[in-house]
Formats: sequence, C-alpha cells, structure tokens
Amino acid sequence: MTALARFYLLAILVFLYLPIVVMMAMGFNESALYELPFRFSTRWYEALSGNGQLISAGVNSVVIALITAVIATLAGTMAAVALDRHAVRGRTLLQLLLLPPIAIPWLITGTAMLVFFFWTGIGRGMHALLIGHVALAIPYVVLVVGTGLKTIRSDLEEAAVSLGSTPLHAFFAVTLPLLAPSILGAALFAFAVSLDQFVISYFLSTPGFATLPVQIYSAIRKGFTPEINAISTILLLGSMSVIVVFAIFARPGGSRDKR
Amino acid sequence: MPADTLARPAASPPGAAAGHRLPSWFSTAALLLPTYGWLLIAIFLPLCTMLAFSFMNATPMGRAPVVFTLKHYKAFVTQPYLVGIAWDSLVIGFWTTFLCAVLGFFAALALARATAGRARETLLILILLPFWTNGLVRVFSWTMVLREGGFLDVLLHSVWPGAGSIGFLYTRPAIVLGLVHGYLPYMILTCYIALVTIDDAIIEAAQSLGARWWTILTRVLLPMALPGLTTGAILTFVPVIGSFMEPRILGGRVGVTMGTVIEDQFTQAFNWPLGAALSFTMLAVILAIFATFSGVLRRSTGGMA
Repeated sequence: MTALARFYLLAILVFLYLPIVVMMAMGFNESALYELPFRFSTRWYEALSGNGQLISAGVNSVVIALITAVIATLAGTMAAVALDRHAVRGRTLLQLLLLPPIAIPWLITGTAMLVFFFWTGIGRGMHALLIGHVALAIPYVVLVVGTGLKTIRSDLEEAAVSLGSTPLHAFFAVTLPLLAPSILGAALFAFAVSLDQFVISYFLSTPGFATLPVQIYSAIRKGFTPEINAISTILLLGSMSVIVVFAIFARPGGSRDKR
Repeated sequence: MPADTLARPAASPPGAAAGHRLPSWFSTAALLLPTYGWLLIAIFLPLCTMLAFSFMNATPMGRAPVVFTLKHYKAFVTQPYLVGIAWDSLVIGFWTTFLCAVLGFFAALALARATAGRARETLLILILLPFWTNGLVRVFSWTMVLREGGFLDVLLHSVWPGAGSIGFLYTRPAIVLGLVHGYLPYMILTCYIALVTIDDAIIEAAQSLGARWWTILTRVLLPMALPGLTTGAILTFVPVIGSFMEPRILGGRVGVTMGTVIEDQFTQAFNWPLGAALSFTMLAVILAIFATFSGVLRRSTGGMA
C-alpha cells in the first residue's frame, strides 16, 4: 500500500513538472519549429539579448514587483498590527474586506480597474499597474504578517511599556525584531504575486508599457519561437527561487523556532 | 481568519496607554488607512463603477446620451448563443473541479499516510512550487506537449513508430488538462490539511473492528476530508469559470468561454456595459456558490485553526 502511494505521488509530480521540463528543454533546441531530434543550442538565449521588447518588459516586471513589495509590505504590516494588537471595531468586517482581491476572479477585478481608471482619467500604464498589483498583494501581506504576530506574545511588549518604554518604542524594540522573518516572508510573497501577475497587467498595460507575462502572451498568440521558451524558463526559475527562499524564511513555525 | 482574534482583549491595558499617546482610535485608523484606502481605490470603487456601467446603454465616454437600461442583463435571452457558452464554461469548470478533487484527494491521502518528516516536507514544497510560478508560462508549456509532433507524439512514436498523432491541442480536453494542472496543487493542499489531522488510532480502530479499506475510505477518510475537498473545490471552480487565457491558448477556436466573451467585450468589441453585466452575472453565480457552501467552509476553517 505504501509503495503504491509513493508511486502515485511520483506520478503526480511527473504530471506537474513534465510540461515545464519539456518547455525548458525546447528552449535549448536548435530548431525554430521545435523539430526533433534534439540538438543542443543556446541560440535562443543569445537571441534574447537582442530582443529589446522582451528585455524592457522583463525590467518593467522586476521594477513593478520591487515597488509593489515595498508598498504592500509597509501598508499590510501596519494593518496587520492594528488588526491584531488594537481594539478595532468591526474587525470581522475589515478582515472580510481583504478577501475580494483574492476571491474575485482577476478577470472581473482587472476589467473593473480598467473601467474605473479609464473613467476617472487615471488611465493605463505603469502607475495603473502598480495600483492594481499592490492591491492584490496587500491581503497576502496582512495574512502572512498577521499569522506571524499571533506567534509573538503581546505581553513582552506590555512588559516593556510597564518598565517605562513608550508603546511606540516598545513595538520597534521588542515586537518588530521578532516579526522580521514574517515581514521578509510577506515581502517575498508580494514580490512573487506581482511578478507572476498576468490578468490585471494585461488589462492595464499600454502598447508602450507591458510586463513580461503580457509580452509573452501576445507573443504566444502571434506565433512564437523558442525565444519564448528561453524567457519563460528565466521567469520560472526566477519566481521559483523567490518562493524557495520564502519557504525557508517563513516556513510554518519558522518564526516560532526563533522565539 | 479564525474568530478567536475577536475574543482577544486589547493589547495594552487601558491604564498604561492613556497618559502618553495619541487617542488609540487615531493610531488604529492611521495604521489601517493605507491598506483600506488602497483597496477602496483599486478594488471597491472600480467594482462599484463597473456595476453602474452595467446598467448603462452605452459607455459614458462616448457621444451617445447615457440612459439607464437592464438590456445587458437580458443578454442571455436576447443572445441565446451566450447560454451555450455559459453551459460550456460550467461543464469545463465541473470537469476541472472533479478531476482535481479525485487526483488531489488521493495525493493528499498518500502524503498524509505514506510519508513522514523531511520527505513529506520536501514533497509538499515540490507539489506547491508550480502553483507560485507563472500560470501563463505553465499553460504555454502544455502546448509543447500536446501539439501535433509535440512531446506526447514523440513518446508514442518511440514505442509505436508508425502511429499517427495523438496530440489534442485546441480541444476542450486540452483546456481541462491545463486547468487541472494549474489548480491541482491547491486541492492537494486543502485536502492534506484536513487529512493530516486524522488520528492513526481511528483507522486502527476501524481495522480491528473488521472494516475493509473501502469502508475506511468512504466512512472515515472521505467524511473527514470533506471540508478540505469543499474548500479546494471552491478555490478551483471560482477562478476556472473566470479563466480566459487557458481557453485561448489551449482551446484555440473551440476555446470560447464566458471568460473569453467578457474579455472580448473589453478588448475587442468595446461594449463595456455588456462586459460589465456579464461579469456581474458571473460574480452573482460565484457568490451563490460561496453562500451555499459557507457553512461547510466555516467548519473547515475552524478545523484548520
């Protein structure tokens, strides 16, 4: 029974990774038409270095993900602290309000943003993408930091206050250092959410300003070459390494170990 | 979020705080403002605007005078082809959810019963890792496998050289396959969280009382995994019926779903009011699903905490 179960898990892993591995391998195949037999070549990666459109889209993606991570982590951490440590009226409602960005299909959120931004004159482009990405990332930050806060005893902070520290100083000197792994984890999470976001970016980008997923999508639809495999491989490895770092820092119980 | 936070007393004792700081409501509001202000501008006002648009006869930026109308909500009556598309979308959603549930339940069961320690942790990370990579790229990677002369055909021809093509890119099963690939990790996670809490003693007790594996599965394991299955099903079904890039890339010409129809209204046809009305119809269906299963969901999140 155990052998069967392990074999089944292996089959699931093959199912999950097989297309990704095939896609990555084809990025190293010489033929432009994906013809086999396989002949190793790095020409598609070389071609990438001359593809200004994909490179600038990649730079856009990383810049937006960085700014999103900073803003979402700041705002989300503040909200998480207030929701966990302060007496807040309507806490349940406030927590429920974090769900729509996660639970409503991005197609609907994205088109709604398009309509609203167009109507109010905010328009599309980088700033519009930032507004959207931060909104999608904030709920995750509040959840991750909120979970971290629950593992830190609030009486430590109270002890500092009763010993003469100001509440603000007590927070920065006692709680914040303990919370740092969760905050870092949340920031990586926000970065990954933004880096992989396609639907919202698709509706909010302009012909002159696109992120990497948007550029890849239009390339797929217009007819693609293994160059797309190459850039996709880079994007996948990038977000996978961010998530692996996240898993190491914010492993469930990770912050508890450090207490 | 667990309800127990509600019962928690305010962190600082009232005596300590009163003397030397701003009124507590002020600091609380200041801490909450960035998050909720941002969500107001980026999520809630846009949704309200779109709701208003769905009742207009034309986009207010145009020249035509704007009049209140319900005609876009009657689209399913006046444009009967939409009913067929909606049905197709639901069928794709159900198949995807069903396959994810079956595959995911047994994967979670295998994880919870046949692995332990480091191996289990590593397997869990490996299973969840693809979920946090770009969905678009994963869908694209299936075209490499499924197309004529793709990896699937190469595999077939290596065992049976004369065979034809079994690639099924640009069919509905291809769409379902790509979606299952995308949402299976979610289902495995939610089922695993439900199953991992099951005490070995319960299963041993059932065995010693003579229960066969089938009885244990249907009378013990499935009922206990039900909250996880329901959560996973909702987390799969909701995004799947709103999907548009998977049907476009893997379905080609047969990939017309509610998602692609809505997208078309905003990017091709520029009939924003119709797109808005269709979006809200979809949202209503989703909310109805949430409401139907909210009891089960509440119990399942209670179990997770």
